[in-house]
Amino acid sequence: MYIDLDAAFSALADPTRRAIVARLANGEATVTELAEPFEMTQPAISQHLKVLEEAGLIVRRVEGTKRPRRLAKNGIEAMDQWLRMLKKALEKNYDRLDQVLAAME
Amino acid sequence: MSKLTLKNEGERHIVVTRHFAASPEAVYRAHTDPKLIQKWLLGPEGWTMPVCINEAREGGKIRYEWSHPKKGSFFITGEIVKLEPSRRVVHVERMHLPDPTPDSHIETRFEPDGGGTLMTMRMTLPDAKTRADMLATGMEHGMEESYARLDKMA
Repeated sequence: MYIDLDAAFSALADPTRRAIVARLANGEATVTELAEPFEMTQPAISQHLKVLEEAGLIVRRVEGTKRPRRLAKNGIEAMDQWLRMLKKALEKNYDRLDQVLAAME
Repeated sequence: MSKLTLKNEGERHIVVTRHFAASPEAVYRAHTDPKLIQKWLLGPEGWTMPVCINEAREGGKIRYEWSHPKKGSFFITGEIVKLEPSRRVVHVERMHLPDPTPDSHIETRFEPDGGGTLMTMRMTLPDAKTRADMLATGMEHGMEESYARLDKMA
């Protein structure tokens, strides 16, 4: 599965979309259920969901007239993994830099 | 005190902060003197930096080459855009994997912070392909560490 990390980062730069993702981490939800806590119209929420979908972060299922959304695990994991890797490499670098600095002064 | 923070800022940047128990002068020097850079800018365990060029002047060139006994080697090239001694370094760099990735723009600031230095590094997010390539290397590395642990258990 191809994961568009640019789109994923961009999608998660918005606080409402981060809150939607946090809500979906607790399980599947319909658009109506997602709209409730945000006091937003359904079209506004649908627009946010579209951005999250295009970024590969969430997926939809068809159930009668409903389209419940849930987290697409791979998208979230790929992004987390990249950030974790970067953080780990930087932590190693700066721990070494601490020692270099101690030896300088 | 010396915990690193990393967060994405807007859609295109990552901001990293870290405190160091040394003066801004010293932290700046460790970021611009090749002999010092070579000792710490090494990433995950197992990599060394046999080539470290940093001309440490505005318009000057950067070339860092890393090598690993099993994974081979890669390098970055770059140019220094702005240098404010003990305060700020702005540079651009690209990785050669071996094809050059798009330029990444990096600003590193050093500020006095409780007898030490607060470093703030703001970098453009590498594009999706670059990140995928970086991640691939990292995952490979993680697996190797796991195999090493398995070897020890056997």
